[in-house]
Amino acid sequence: MNLAQIAKRQYVERRPNAQTIRGWLRRNWLEWLIEVLIRAAGFSTILIVGLIFVFLLREGLPTFLDIPLRQLFSSRWYPIESLYGLWSLIVGSILVTAGAVIIAVPLGLTTAIYLGEIAPQWQREILKPLIEMLAGIPSIVLGFLGWMVLAPLIQTMGASTGLTAFSGSLILAYMALPTIISISEDALYAVPKTYRDGALAMGATQWQTIWRVVLPAARSGLMMSMMLGIGRAIGETMAVMMVTGNAANVPDFGPTMFFSPVRTMTATIAAEMGEVSQGSMHYNVLFGIGIVLFLITFGINSLAGRFVGRVVRRRGGQL
Amino acid sequence: MNPKISAQNVFYTYADGTEALRNVSFDIDSNQIFVLFGPARSGKTTLLRLFNRLSDLTEGGSYLGTILFNGQNIFERGVNVTDLRRRIGMVFAVPTPLPGSIRDNLIYGLKMAGIRSRSILDERVERSLKQAALWDEVKDRLDTSAFALSGGQKQRLCIARSLALEPEVLILDNPTSGLDPLSTGMVEDTLHELKRRYTIIMVPHSVQQAARVATCAAFMLDGELIEVGDAKQIFGNPQDQRTEDYVTGRFG
Amino acid sequence: MKPQQVQKLAFGIITTSAALVVIPIVLVILFIIVKGIGALSWTFLTAVPQNGMTEGGIMPAILGTMILTLGTAIVCIPLGIGAAIYLAEYARDNRLSRWVRLAIINLAGIPSIVYGLFGLGAFVLFLNLGTSIIAGSLTLGIMTLPVVISTAEEAILAVPQEFRMVSQSLGATRWQTIRRQVLPHAMPGIITGIILGLSRAAGETAPILFTVAAFYLPNLPRSASDQTMALPYHLYVISTQVPGMPLSIQYGTALVLLLLVLSLTLVATLIRTRMRRRRDW
Repeated sequence: MNLAQIAKRQYVERRPNAQTIRGWLRRNWLEWLIEVLIRAAGFSTILIVGLIFVFLLREGLPTFLDIPLRQLFSSRWYPIESLYGLWSLIVGSILVTAGAVIIAVPLGLTTAIYLGEIAPQWQREILKPLIEMLAGIPSIVLGFLGWMVLAPLIQTMGASTGLTAFSGSLILAYMALPTIISISEDALYAVPKTYRDGALAMGATQWQTIWRVVLPAARSGLMMSMMLGIGRAIGETMAVMMVTGNAANVPDFGPTMFFSPVRTMTATIAAEMGEVSQGSMHYNVLFGIGIVLFLITFGINSLAGRFVGRVVRRRGGQL
Repeated sequence: MNPKISAQNVFYTYADGTEALRNVSFDIDSNQIFVLFGPARSGKTTLLRLFNRLSDLTEGGSYLGTILFNGQNIFERGVNVTDLRRRIGMVFAVPTPLPGSIRDNLIYGLKMAGIRSRSILDERVERSLKQAALWDEVKDRLDTSAFALSGGQKQRLCIARSLALEPEVLILDNPTSGLDPLSTGMVEDTLHELKRRYTIIMVPHSVQQAARVATCAAFMLDGELIEVGDAKQIFGNPQDQRTEDYVTGRFG
Repeated sequence: MKPQQVQKLAFGIITTSAALVVIPIVLVILFIIVKGIGALSWTFLTAVPQNGMTEGGIMPAILGTMILTLGTAIVCIPLGIGAAIYLAEYARDNRLSRWVRLAIINLAGIPSIVYGLFGLGAFVLFLNLGTSIIAGSLTLGIMTLPVVISTAEEAILAVPQEFRMVSQSLGATRWQTIRRQVLPHAMPGIITGIILGLSRAAGETAPILFTVAAFYLPNLPRSASDQTMALPYHLYVISTQVPGMPLSIQYGTALVLLLLVLSLTLVATLIRTRMRRRRDW
């Protein structure tokens, strides 16, 4: 039997990285310490997510233990009388978010197409910083403007009040736009040039290329941008708090439902936490709403995480 | 006399399962220009990177066998790898200056080793540049950017950079691949000088270059060592048919 | 319709829609500037509020926002850069590192009000820090972590691999390589990311609602366990909860906050473009 066969039979995976901890430690205790600290920093992120969930549970669990589910999901939110029906809040969040998505996705996608495929370079150089600036405007400032300008405007256009779900959706849409535009842009950019060249070479117009080749190819990235946009919209607090009217009702189903005042889950927490006493049921329920929000965004982000990859890498991971 | 480096039954497999080296064994004596040649993908670079354990930087690879340096197994637990890399220097195929001045490049390794004394640093800078035949060209601009040098100068800088650490062995992986004939000639001439002080291991750009510079040579094919020996013998009178075919250009 | 006509129509719609996105941005910024610039004066920026906030200045709020931004930086910079180095240099492709990445993505998506709840439950109550600058900084700092980590990681990965290989082949240890070859060249990108993150934190209201913010404080904060005023919260209260608040003060406050945040973003972008030009390689 030759050496190769013996070797194969005794094949043990030995990694050249192996070194005695002790010998190496003696020489480079500083290296070791730094490595430990750096790894700790990395793992701390997992710890933090866990802690957030734990503390939410700590204060919010009574919500799900002490309140019968039927009551919890009823539509009467009346903490003064110990009625904690979340349904109107959930509907409020859904309405506002859905409206925002309906507005923001077409706008965002088309703007991304414009930036990526149609706009000349000089326009890109102006527009992209502008959109980044939009991302930088604090939500309270947008909410403030919505409250001062948008709501009265909507009221003069015939609604009974300007503080409606629609107002919230409009502002939210603009807040979600930078995210949607950026990620869609990257998704479009990631489509290989050869796809476009191939279509154009077969005589397709630029639009046909975009519509039939580029968009389908970028589909997963575009999905991700939409989901992250949704996540952004659901989580927004201050802007919606200022313009949606804060009425915890479930509006009647129909197109006018967007023009009724609503209240979102986020606004509820922000508005009422200042007034509750610690340990009271109201307090616990507000944390319970927080748990619901955490789980929703956790779900959306895990889903979106499936589409992560080169798109997020190129963006620098900003979501 | 004990060989400087001795490879014994070395196997290496990459993380994805490709076997790069199969039962490679040979000795490299001191003060030789030992040329490791063969067609692409024959495992030469993999083997070179094992010598100074730069292979540690690639995740997931695994090895079998022993590599002795001055009689000591470099894979043993407790081996000081950074010290090993100072004693076995490496020059890569593409000239890779570090950002900074020429002087910064040369003293980088020394500073990492803890040598701070200005006089020692200056002395090593001058000596290594002279050994790499670069001193006259750059002595007046040591503090200018290393990136402003030409390709050939950059490569000689990289050689000088390794020499500044006063290694025992210098490994050069295809050092003249991007260089013009003039620079190539300068590098080759330098090697002849350098072998008096150091042991040189090199992967050549071509068989012709191998024949020009080698004192000893080893032919590798598909991860296996086919033939090793004195340069005159390998290039003039190869024993294995495959070696002869490659050397005479029947394939490559 | 012929394909050319379809294209014209489609491009027309797309261009209109892009305009619908961009024009309001310009209008919004201009509007706030126009409405708020009247209130901007040296007094406004440096004096304390008087007469129930309807007169005087907003200096305590500006100061408070600056203090909180500093506190956020102290929390998120070491942790963020450390985690970024871990991901870029030390992490292998195993389950643990994938969990770290997933954790960061999730942290990025958590609503700001939920961070506020976490801050309340963990720092204000559990650790008994009370509503304080330190509780608010911790909350904001953790909220800013994902942005810092992501941009820092990208900046680190952008440093060419050859530098690491050359450095280690010259006998430098892994940390020496990171410290001397990787971090210095990644630093501009890292700083850009930090400033962007801090600019976002400066504008946030929800995380500070229950952890640090106060509307009226008789004195300026004297230690990290004091409460403080802050611009976003101040704007929120004076616009919704104080009757008779002069419009000029409201718009003025909004303008100050906007300018603060946008100038930070501008600085970050400038650093990024400057760094691209100064590169050697």
